[in-house]
Amino acid sequence: MIVRKQNKFLDISVTIFIAAAAILFLMPTVLTIANSFMTSSEINANYGVMFSNMSGGEKTFISEDINLKFIPDKVTLDQYKSVLIKNVDYLMKFWNSVILTVPITFFQLLLAVVTSYGFSRYPGKIKGLIFFVYIILMLMPAQVTLVPNYLVLDKFGMIETQELGVSQEMERFVSRLAIILPAVFSPFSIFLLTKVMKRIPTSYVEAAKLDGAGEIQIMTKIYLPMCKSALVSIGMLVFIDYWNMVEQPLVLMKGDNTSLHPLSVFLSQISGAEAGLAFAVGAVYMIPTILMFLYGEDYLVEGITYSGGIKG
Amino acid sequence: MKKKKLRSQCGRGREKIFSCACLVPSIVGVLIFFLIPFGIVIYYSMINNPVSGEYVGLENYRNLLDNLAFTKAAKNTATFSLIAVPLSIVLSLGLAILLERNIPGKSIFRTFFLSPLMVPTASVVLVWQVLFHNHGTINQIIEAFGGQTVDWLKSPKGQVIIILMFLWKNIGYNMILFMSALCSIPRDIIEVADLEGAGSFYKFIHIKLRYLSPTIIFVFILSLINSFKIFREVYLLTGKYPFGKLYMLQHFMNNTFENLNYQKLSAAAVLFALVMIVIIALLLIAENIFGKDVEN
Repeated sequence: MIVRKQNKFLDISVTIFIAAAAILFLMPTVLTIANSFMTSSEINANYGVMFSNMSGGEKTFISEDINLKFIPDKVTLDQYKSVLIKNVDYLMKFWNSVILTVPITFFQLLLAVVTSYGFSRYPGKIKGLIFFVYIILMLMPAQVTLVPNYLVLDKFGMIETQELGVSQEMERFVSRLAIILPAVFSPFSIFLLTKVMKRIPTSYVEAAKLDGAGEIQIMTKIYLPMCKSALVSIGMLVFIDYWNMVEQPLVLMKGDNTSLHPLSVFLSQISGAEAGLAFAVGAVYMIPTILMFLYGEDYLVEGITYSGGIKG
Repeated sequence: MKKKKLRSQCGRGREKIFSCACLVPSIVGVLIFFLIPFGIVIYYSMINNPVSGEYVGLENYRNLLDNLAFTKAAKNTATFSLIAVPLSIVLSLGLAILLERNIPGKSIFRTFFLSPLMVPTASVVLVWQVLFHNHGTINQIIEAFGGQTVDWLKSPKGQVIIILMFLWKNIGYNMILFMSALCSIPRDIIEVADLEGAGSFYKFIHIKLRYLSPTIIFVFILSLINSFKIFREVYLLTGKYPFGKLYMLQHFMNNTFENLNYQKLSAAAVLFALVMIVIIALLLIAENIFGKDVEN
């Protein structure tokens, strides 16, 4: 009886603790969204001091202190109007992010399906060795891999694109390709997907073979559907990682090509007169990943069970 | 009979070849973008300059280790990772164990903890500024309690806030990994321990931790990689040249890329790769030791 009471007390305090921590975790996201509905003068009044040292000559009154506010005095969509309609610049940067991240995610997954299939069928010593090299490569931070990437891309003329002597359209395409190509061959999703595919029982394959299925059919009709939740969760991880990218564009897109930088890099440069828009830009930038999260959270959690250990 | 066997072996051979052919596109890409140029990087790290190509042995490495900017960046990155990674493991494991209890609203809390994973760094960077600015919320709270305020982004204590940002971003995902690992511990073992009167502390140390060890290693390596990405937060908050303690390895690399000093870059990349390889080797050994008796 006493024990039970203690447990109940413990349960309640654990719940309170967890709830408090969980709300704290959600707070920055909520704050960004809530503040995106403020008028730009309210933002300047509350947070102006943050931007003033960057821009200098602000005419409006700026409070000395920052006032953290959750609920705007007046809810307005003005910020969104400016971001989405009046000033096309942000939309262009947003497009820059899309045009890099979507092909990277798609082709990395496509390559991963084919390659992981190769790794999981008829495993042998040589395949094991190659897979090990991939693991090492996957674990290398950007600080290491960017150097070899840079060397190759520079050799191909994909960094100093103005020296290629092609049209501007082409230059932009090449510069984007410089970010996309190395990312497509990054072994992260191969590593995770191979682990999932290795768990598919061979009896399925044998049964399909008896029915006369060829290798390509086994790949597309058996392996692919069985990896669906893993593919969704890996795809989400890859997408969010590249949606967030900062290192690669900073190093690989130079000169005129800096205008191709994704919004993730550009957001840090918002200052002065545009400060009032910053929260809305941040909120808009969250939309794709939040939608994805709402759709795929269960896949993310479910697809995670493959982990455990480094080796395949 | 013999013919049939032969044919099936032939078929098997063709399938094997197909499975190997599947690897080719990826291997070609990896060779072109990673492995071959990395060979060149190693070569560059041992010559005086790409034009004359004179072999200088380890001189570039010696210069690098004498370079104050590099040692500072390496030291900052190492201290950050050494504190942030274990902290994130302990905290996320703790949360996962707490969430094992049957508490109301469990799945909503899980979603809340996981949400930072899906929020782009750039989106919330303004909130961090609001919180950690010299006149920001955290300092106001400190002031209200009569404490000494800190200009977080311009002080050695700035490491505290980047650790907080790292924990915010990574704890949720690590927690999920631990939760699924905790679920996969065989129930009967726990029941036997209960019958024999084992305390919950004993159960945790001798049973759960044992079964969790492969996951702990996996989470460790994942967090370690993510800890090198803290550069994103720092860059978005403070730009190219942050305050001393926030100067990360990636800052050094970026600034070296700008003046295209191949020798310095190559030596730094090779050195970093070596350190990573040593860490990975140690983890693999650890995995072999701890993973053995629970694998089946």
